[in-house]
Amino acid sequence: MLLAGGQGSRLYALTNNIAKPAVAFGAKYRIIDFPLSNCINSGIDTVGVLTQYEPLELNEYIGNGQPWDLDRAFGGVHILSPYQAKKKQSWFEGTANAIYQNISFMKKYNPDYVLILSGDHIYKMNYAEMLRAHKATGADCTIAAIEVPMKEASRFGILNTREDGSIYEFEEKPKQPKSNLASMGIYIFSADKLFKYLEMDDKDPNSSKDFGKDVLPAMLNAGERMFSYRFHGYWKDVGTISSLWESNMDLLGEDPVFDVSDPDWKIHSRNPLAPPEHIGDEAVVSNSLIALGCEVDGYVKNSVLSSNVTVEEGAEVTDSVIMAGTVIRKGARVHYSIIDENDVIEEGATVGEPKESGNGIAVLGRNISVAGSVAGGKIIDKDYRGE
Amino acid sequence: MAHSAVGVIFSNIHDENIPELSRHRTMASIPYGGRYRLIDFTLSNMVNSGITTVGIVTKNNYQSLIDHLGSGKDWDLARKDGGIILLPPYSDDTDAPYTTRLEALMGITGFLTHRNEDYVIITDCDGIARVDLQAILHFHEEHNADITMVYHEETEPVQSSYYITLQTDAESGRVKGLKINPKLKGGKYDLYVNIMVMSREFLINTIQDAVTRGLSSFGRDILTKNVDTLRIYGYKFGGYYATISSLRNYYSHSMELLQREVRDELFGARDVYTKVRDSAPSKYNEGAVVKNSLISDGCVIEGTVENCILFRGVKVGKGSVIKDSIIMQDTVIGTNVSLEAVITDKNVVIRDRRHLAGCDALPYFIAKGRML
Repeated sequence: MLLAGGQGSRLYALTNNIAKPAVAFGAKYRIIDFPLSNCINSGIDTVGVLTQYEPLELNEYIGNGQPWDLDRAFGGVHILSPYQAKKKQSWFEGTANAIYQNISFMKKYNPDYVLILSGDHIYKMNYAEMLRAHKATGADCTIAAIEVPMKEASRFGILNTREDGSIYEFEEKPKQPKSNLASMGIYIFSADKLFKYLEMDDKDPNSSKDFGKDVLPAMLNAGERMFSYRFHGYWKDVGTISSLWESNMDLLGEDPVFDVSDPDWKIHSRNPLAPPEHIGDEAVVSNSLIALGCEVDGYVKNSVLSSNVTVEEGAEVTDSVIMAGTVIRKGARVHYSIIDENDVIEEGATVGEPKESGNGIAVLGRNISVAGSVAGGKIIDKDYRGE
Repeated sequence: MAHSAVGVIFSNIHDENIPELSRHRTMASIPYGGRYRLIDFTLSNMVNSGITTVGIVTKNNYQSLIDHLGSGKDWDLARKDGGIILLPPYSDDTDAPYTTRLEALMGITGFLTHRNEDYVIITDCDGIARVDLQAILHFHEEHNADITMVYHEETEPVQSSYYITLQTDAESGRVKGLKINPKLKGGKYDLYVNIMVMSREFLINTIQDAVTRGLSSFGRDILTKNVDTLRIYGYKFGGYYATISSLRNYYSHSMELLQREVRDELFGARDVYTKVRDSAPSKYNEGAVVKNSLISDGCVIEGTVENCILFRGVKVGKGSVIKDSIIMQDTVIGTNVSLEAVITDKNVVIRDRRHLAGCDALPYFIAKGRML
């Protein structure tokens, strides 16, 4: 069960009209490609995707699930949206409530275990190994966990565990964290326990209907067996502009921090229909990812270009993420920016400031035209003609 | 309103023209343009012209073609009604498999009679062009033609072992003369580009008539013999049309894709569909120098690449310099290699410090899977 309904308000202009899991990533992917690819690569072929905020583009992207080999006669991928029922009608309120409202979907498949995922993380993980651990410990709930820097620990749900990995305390975003073992928002439940606690949580008027705040503490207080599952690979919450930028940059280099080209763990995606990219006579391209359909005649360094991006002669793009279909006209300069789809950076315009300036990442929303100069750290979501 | 037509694609017919590339595959599945196979251009023209029932006539070496086409979904041709229908050779104890186009058509009369479209478009896989097939169907109907043959004005000598030139009446478009393998003295000539339109009924009748009379060649026995009695019309295609008929012009036509106008015409207005492979985006590492080249997904470039076409998953190591070359899928080029005017087939490995060069007229070809 993949939670994909979040607004992602900290991505500002990038999620004005689309849900966070549909945000473009790494030149040819969208964030949701990672959990979906992990599912199919782990042998999980029944996936419910819970959508709520601006679902149009996300629904269209997922379609019948064919790009992930999830178009199945039995199971496959299902979009689960909020619905009207005889006795009630409501939006999904909190993560636990979203799953609760889809209990009948889960029960239809009569599962032994339910895996809960969120649609806003970039990582490669074999859920089958986590399930093996869940069975081996005889847990009722297993929570994937990763060590984070101590100073960032208060941003996460923190697990305090015994030596055998069992959890004795769960703290949601603690001011004074006791450990740096953070919950990754990936849970495996034994199905009957999940259904039981979701039903209890629904009846609790004081509950905020959230896994981290309500359901997990309730299970722990009731003495259920809860274990952590240590994950040691790359994992990044791309819920903020700076983490989204960093995660894109982690794909670059000879020995990238995060490798998307592992033939044994393919990241599947809906591929753009585009010819190979053309790099022109005057172009300089270095330390960058370039997707199909790009036409590059300018200077591109330390950047990630999605499909069908044009960089005209004399234009300069450094330390930036450029999403599909954007055109950077002659002599325009783009530094330290995230630029959404189908924008036009007009001739001679400047977007962002070099990273060293310390003024932060400039962000442009989609389908706009920008002239003049956009300062570092600015967020623009309408046509712009300078200050 | 769109005309209804069924497509028939001959996947093998020009294999002998490029033995280097068709040794292990059909003409249809020869890689082209960085991420395509020759058949992709023909199939995409069909789909983009609203033709969604396509029979593909195969003869031999068609494993790679089946692998490429799969269910047809990448061309939006996985259909309940129609879609891609593979037509392998049919033969029983008494018959050998077909040897000519006409015999192949005799073998697919069952397929043709069971369809209900009005027209049949017969094409081969040796052409790279964006052709609006509806326009040709419209032309065919407007001229009340029995057969419409598409031609393109050429100046370069043809390198095919079998070709047809047309003489058409400039006013009416009626084909007055039709020659098979004529000696060409240079200058302009009108080359039939192996796209032909007939009504389905006319084609079935023609085939049945040929069976009863024991005819065997469509070109000799039907077209040239009946040029005066049948209403054969020539449709002039004025756009970019590359006929692939030798390794040499495979090379030169491929290199034309480096011109923006050619790319704009082939890829600009409508999509060219192909099999999806889920490769990662291409990575240009520090030290990469890329000039005037087409690069597909999944490549990792650390050296110099100039005037090249790189297919999917190609690796170019540090210090290597690759010029004027076509490097096919998953070729791995080590460090300090120098290549000039080279074509590598799929899965070639070129070890460190190798130097290879061909020339425009004779590109150096390295066969599939070879290690140097």
